Amino acid sequence: MEKEPSTAPEAPLESVGIPAPQGAANLIDTDYQIGQDNYQARPLGVNIDIHGSVFAVSSLMILGFVVLTLALPEQATAIFNGAKGWINTHATWFYLLSANIFVLLCLGLILSPLGRIRIGGADATPDFSRTSWFAMLFAAGMGIGLMFYGVAEPLTHYGTSLEGTTLGDDGVRTDWAPLRAAAGDEEAATRLGMAATLLHWSLHPWAMYAVVALALAIFSYNKGLPMTVRSIFYPILGERIWGWPGHIVDILAVFATLFGLATSLGFGAEQAASGLHYLFGIGDGDVTLVLLITGITAVALGSIVAGVDKGVKRLSEINMVLAFLLLMFVVVVGPTLLIFTSFFKNIVSYLGELPFLSNPFAREDVNYSQGWTTFYWGWWISWSPFVGMFIARVSRGRSVREFLISVMLIPTTVSIFWFTAFGTTAIDQVRKGFEGAVSAELPLQLFMMLSELPLTEITSFIGIVLVLVFFITSSDSGSLVIDTIAAGGKIDAPKPQRVFWGVIEGAVAIALLLGGGLAALQAVAVSAGLPFTLLLLAGCYAIIMGLLSEPRIAKPTRPTAP
Amino acid sequence: MFNKIMVPVDLAHLGALEKALTVAADLSRHYGAALCYIGVTTSQPSAVARTPEEYEVKLRAFAHEHAPDSGHEPTARVYNSHDPVADLDDILVRAIDDVGADLVVMATHLPTHLDAIMPPNGAKIAKHTRASVLLVRNDFSAE
Repeated sequence: MEKEPSTAPEAPLESVGIPAPQGAANLIDTDYQIGQDNYQARPLGVNIDIHGSVFAVSSLMILGFVVLTLALPEQATAIFNGAKGWINTHATWFYLLSANIFVLLCLGLILSPLGRIRIGGADATPDFSRTSWFAMLFAAGMGIGLMFYGVAEPLTHYGTSLEGTTLGDDGVRTDWAPLRAAAGDEEAATRLGMAATLLHWSLHPWAMYAVVALALAIFSYNKGLPMTVRSIFYPILGERIWGWPGHIVDILAVFATLFGLATSLGFGAEQAASGLHYLFGIGDGDVTLVLLITGITAVALGSIVAGVDKGVKRLSEINMVLAFLLLMFVVVVGPTLLIFTSFFKNIVSYLGELPFLSNPFAREDVNYSQGWTTFYWGWWISWSPFVGMFIARVSRGRSVREFLISVMLIPTTVSIFWFTAFGTTAIDQVRKGFEGAVSAELPLQLFMMLSELPLTEITSFIGIVLVLVFFITSSDSGSLVIDTIAAGGKIDAPKPQRVFWGVIEGAVAIALLLGGGLAALQAVAVSAGLPFTLLLLAGCYAIIMGLLSEPRIAKPTRPTAP
Repeated sequence: MFNKIMVPVDLAHLGALEKALTVAADLSRHYGAALCYIGVTTSQPSAVARTPEEYEVKLRAFAHEHAPDSGHEPTARVYNSHDPVADLDDILVRAIDDVGADLVVMATHLPTHLDAIMPPNGAKIAKHTRASVLLVRNDFSAE
């Protein structure tokens, strides 16, 4: 409705889509203006608007990395393996301990009165409906990994548990079984294998995301600081976050995000290639991988240009529907009753083994804790600025408690169900004598499991499509996030910059696959995550400080989603 | 000739808008048409404002300052977007209907080779509305 303007002393104002009033929040008093350090220009008719230092340092180092990895693959592989070896031996306890701290912080906040604080001010209302919100959380958070490891990881841990433990000459265990293993006991091996898998896909990863996301959301929506990682450290560094300490934080975030993303993209490409090879007999060599990554990056660029609402949001919803169909298919035609009973059994064994599996000290199962858990923690943490910022962007208007429950507990439940459906079905096949999946390469195990169920061609094809769509979603939302960080927190930086980052992500994924394959991906993810873990620990303190200075809602009221 | 002129405003780049604003004010005087300034903001803090409310206040002040002396106090309207860079065209097309504008005056840049993949907002809007669209280009020397 238009108001008649003629006699008004001030211009009458009408807002659309802005829920007003937003209620009490506690803005941080700073003179910094977002984008004040940015470099704006229009070379060759292309608008750019970037944070000079962050963009220059991170993009040059990343380009250097790509060139060196492609030029000297052998040396690069040696360096990757060296770094991974060192971190596995010396930093495993640190990764495990930090991850536990994140989980405890989130659970504590859910229960504490701070949970009543609302993101975006006391009266803020949510920007997205619950369904879209949740679809985006999930597609961004795990996506490709669910496809890659859904069958492969439970099978692997089941197998190693069944084989039991072996000691090397130096008294260190050489087997890959988790904890005490379960030699020869199929039932116990199933339970342990599932618990060991769920450790990596439930509370811990989502707690890491939740910490980053909550910190970004609070410091951006409630404190009025730019949506970039440096803002989290305002309670610790004060105005210094606008200088080099802040630049370094953001550069580390760009690195971590890019390499975490490239790891996932690499996995996705490997799996899509082996799926295509299996279904259509297309070669799965380097050429296919490069073509796949190039093609998918091109599609992702289309989605990047289309924007959040028309790109990522729609893709995430497609993902959700396809993943749900595949899941339901496996549940219905697979061992339905077993899956449902196992779901509860798995929750029990996960919670029962959790204290032991997440224990950072004096672990005897060195290969499992160092080779698997450390890799995952590094991967999740290196990818947490990405998922975290993405979650933060779409989470305005939720209360801290609702936010943490939705970001931590609901995805955990879905993960457990997903792994139960895929893992239990696969283990059940093995226990009935089917060796196809166990003996296949990791990327192929999903398709081998599906081959034992009816309609193999169709479900395998849906599987490949899912991997590809997850891939596109990640590449799209990843470019958005990296661009925001490299533009000093500007959400509305020009589009060509997003395209630039989308291309870089594809290039890094190709460079890593050619210069060392999956091992290189894992090594880089684990290394990139380490410095960021330190930052996140400091971030935990900042979150508490930030929340303590917020006005609290008198009584908990649940917002109504639009 | 025209009753309502809509002027999209980017508070972060006012310098580039100057010519379009003058043209809009002149036309408003000439035809006795009402002016409506449109702004698009994000929930996240931006260069212009740290909260959506602050943006509203700023756009309101801007509209008040840029009133042509034709007896019409301009109106202002703020739209919120998750991704203003991508959604701007759609929002402006919607705004034309919401406002009931019969003329849109907006600043634009000279055509470039990039326009093929990322068309400028003005061109896209003209394609999707029944209102007249006046694209005001800055001086050639300034480009």
